[in-house]
Amino acid sequence: MSDAALKHVLGQPWRKPKFVKSDWLRRFIYVGAITYFIAALTTIEVDWVRVYEGLDRGKQFVLAFTNPDFGSRASDIWDGLVESIVMTVSASVVGVIISIPIGLGAARNIAPLPVYLVCRAIVAISRALQEIIVAILLVAIFGFGPLAGFLTLSFATIGFLSKLLAEDIEAMDKTQAEAIKASGARWIQWINYGVQPQVMPRLIGLSIYRVDINFRESAILGLVGAGGIGATLNTAFDRYEYDTAAAILLLIILIVMSLEYISGLVRSRVQ
Amino acid sequence: MLRMVSATSVSRVTERGRCSYAPAYWFGLKVMLIINKLQKTYRTGDKALKAISLNVPNGQVMALIGPSGAGKSTMIRCINRLVEPTGGQVKLDDVEITKLSASSLRLARRRMGMIFQEYALVERLTVMENVLSGRLGYVGFWRSFLRRYPQSDVDEAYRLLDRVGLIDMADKRADELSGGQRQRVGICRALIQNPKLLLVDEPTASLDPKTSRQIMRLICELCEERNLSAIINIHDVALAQMFVQRVVGLRAGTIEFDGQPSELTADVLTTIYGEEDWEATIRQIDDECIVEK
Repeated sequence: MSDAALKHVLGQPWRKPKFVKSDWLRRFIYVGAITYFIAALTTIEVDWVRVYEGLDRGKQFVLAFTNPDFGSRASDIWDGLVESIVMTVSASVVGVIISIPIGLGAARNIAPLPVYLVCRAIVAISRALQEIIVAILLVAIFGFGPLAGFLTLSFATIGFLSKLLAEDIEAMDKTQAEAIKASGARWIQWINYGVQPQVMPRLIGLSIYRVDINFRESAILGLVGAGGIGATLNTAFDRYEYDTAAAILLLIILIVMSLEYISGLVRSRVQ
Repeated sequence: MLRMVSATSVSRVTERGRCSYAPAYWFGLKVMLIINKLQKTYRTGDKALKAISLNVPNGQVMALIGPSGAGKSTMIRCINRLVEPTGGQVKLDDVEITKLSASSLRLARRRMGMIFQEYALVERLTVMENVLSGRLGYVGFWRSFLRRYPQSDVDEAYRLLDRVGLIDMADKRADELSGGQRQRVGICRALIQNPKLLLVDEPTASLDPKTSRQIMRLICELCEERNLSAIINIHDVALAQMFVQRVVGLRAGTIEFDGQPSELTADVLTTIYGEEDWEATIRQIDDECIVEK
C-alpha cells in the first residue's frame, strides 16, 4: 500500500462491509420485512370468546395427565404399542437397507449422472409426499391395519435417509477415497474401504434417529387407519376417554425418550 | 563454487542415507516409465500440463520441483489416471496406461504405489486395514469385505510395518498416530502393492524438518532395497537435493530443468520459481549437513 493510501485510512474507524452494499436497498429490505411480518400477524383471526370456552376443555385434557388411566384399556394399549413397535422396527430395517444403494446413487461424487438423476428423483418423490398422504393412499389400497403403516414408514425412511447419506458422502474427504482407488481396488472395494468408514458413524446415527421418527409417526398414522398405537389413541379421543389418551401419550413420550437415550449411547460409541 | 559445494553435500548425505549415486546415472539404464507429450487441460481452461515428455529408468528416484500450481500433482495423477490426461501417452513397462479400459487400468494401478500429502489414510480403519488396503487390487471382494486376506499378504504387512518400526501399532486406529507414523503407514500401503513405480505427492509437506528427513530417507532406502523407481513431488528443494538422483523442475506446465541435484544453481531456481535470493537455500543444505555430521 502506498504512503498516500495509508495516510488516507489512518484514524478512520473500520466497519465490517455490509452484505447488501446499497444503503437504500438495505433499508427497503428491513422495512419491507417488518411491515410484512406485522401485516401477516394481523390476518390471523383470534375468536377470544371461543378461546375462553375452550380453556375449560383444555384444562380437562391437561388434568387427565395427573390421573392417567393405564388400566381400563390395558389390552388395547398393549396391542397398539406392540403393533407400533413392530411397524417401526420392520419399516426402519427395510427402509435403511433400501436407502443405502439409493444414497450411494444420489451422491454426485461417486455416481454417474444418469444413476444420480434417477436416485435423486426417487428421493424427491419420497420427500415430497407427506406420510399422511401416502398412508391414506396405502390404506385405500391395502385396507386398514399395520401393513399400510409399515409400507408408509419404509417409503418415508428412504427419502429421509438416502438424502442425508448422499449429502454425507458428498462431503467426505476425497483424498482418503482417492488413495484406495490408486491401489487398484474395484468399485465395490473402493466403497467398502474408502467411503464406508467415513460415513458409517453418521449412517448409524441417522438410522437410530429415523427409528425414533418412525415410532412417533406410527402414532400419527393410526389416525388415518394405518394401525399401531395411533389407532388406539384415536379411539380413546373419539370416546372422550382423556385419561386413557393421557396414558397412551405418556407411554409414547417415555418410549421416545428412551430411544433418545439409546441413540446417544450408540453414537458416542461409534465415532 | 556454489555448485561444487552442493555436489559434495549431496554425495556426503548419500553415503549415509544409502541412496545410490552413480555419476553417469540415468543414461544407458533401462527406461521403465515413458511420458510422451502428456497434456492436461482442465474444464475451466487451465492448461496444467503442456506436452510434457520425460523418461524414468529402472530404479531411479526423481524429484519433481516447482512452484504451487506448476502442475506437479496433476502430472503424478495423470500417470495413474486419477486425473484423466487430455493428450499424450504414458507407458509403464511397455503397457500404454493412457489407452487402458477401466478394468485393465485397475490392474495397471497395482504396479504404481502412491504416497500422499497429508497421508490420506482411511482414518477410521486400523493401521493393518490401511496397509492391507494396498492389496485390494489383488484380492476378491468377499475376502476384502470379510478382512480375510491371504496369509502371505498378512505376513508381508507385518514385515513392512516392522521395517518402518510400527509393528506394535498394527491394531491401532489410523487417527491415533502422529504425522510421521501415518506417513510410514502410507508408505507400507504403497509398498505392499508390490509396485514398480512409486508416485509420491508432497510426502513431507505437513511434517517437521527432522521427520521430513527420516521419511525421505526411508522412501529412498526402500526404493534402493526393492529396485523401485519413484517420482517425488516436493517443495523443499534442499531436502530433495539431499536424497534424490535427479531433479526435474516444472513451471507453468512445462519442464524448465532436468538434471542432477548438484546442477541446481541459484540461476536455475530463479527460472523455476522466479526471482529470489536462492543462495541462502543452497547454503542451508550445506550447513545442515555439517550440523548433522
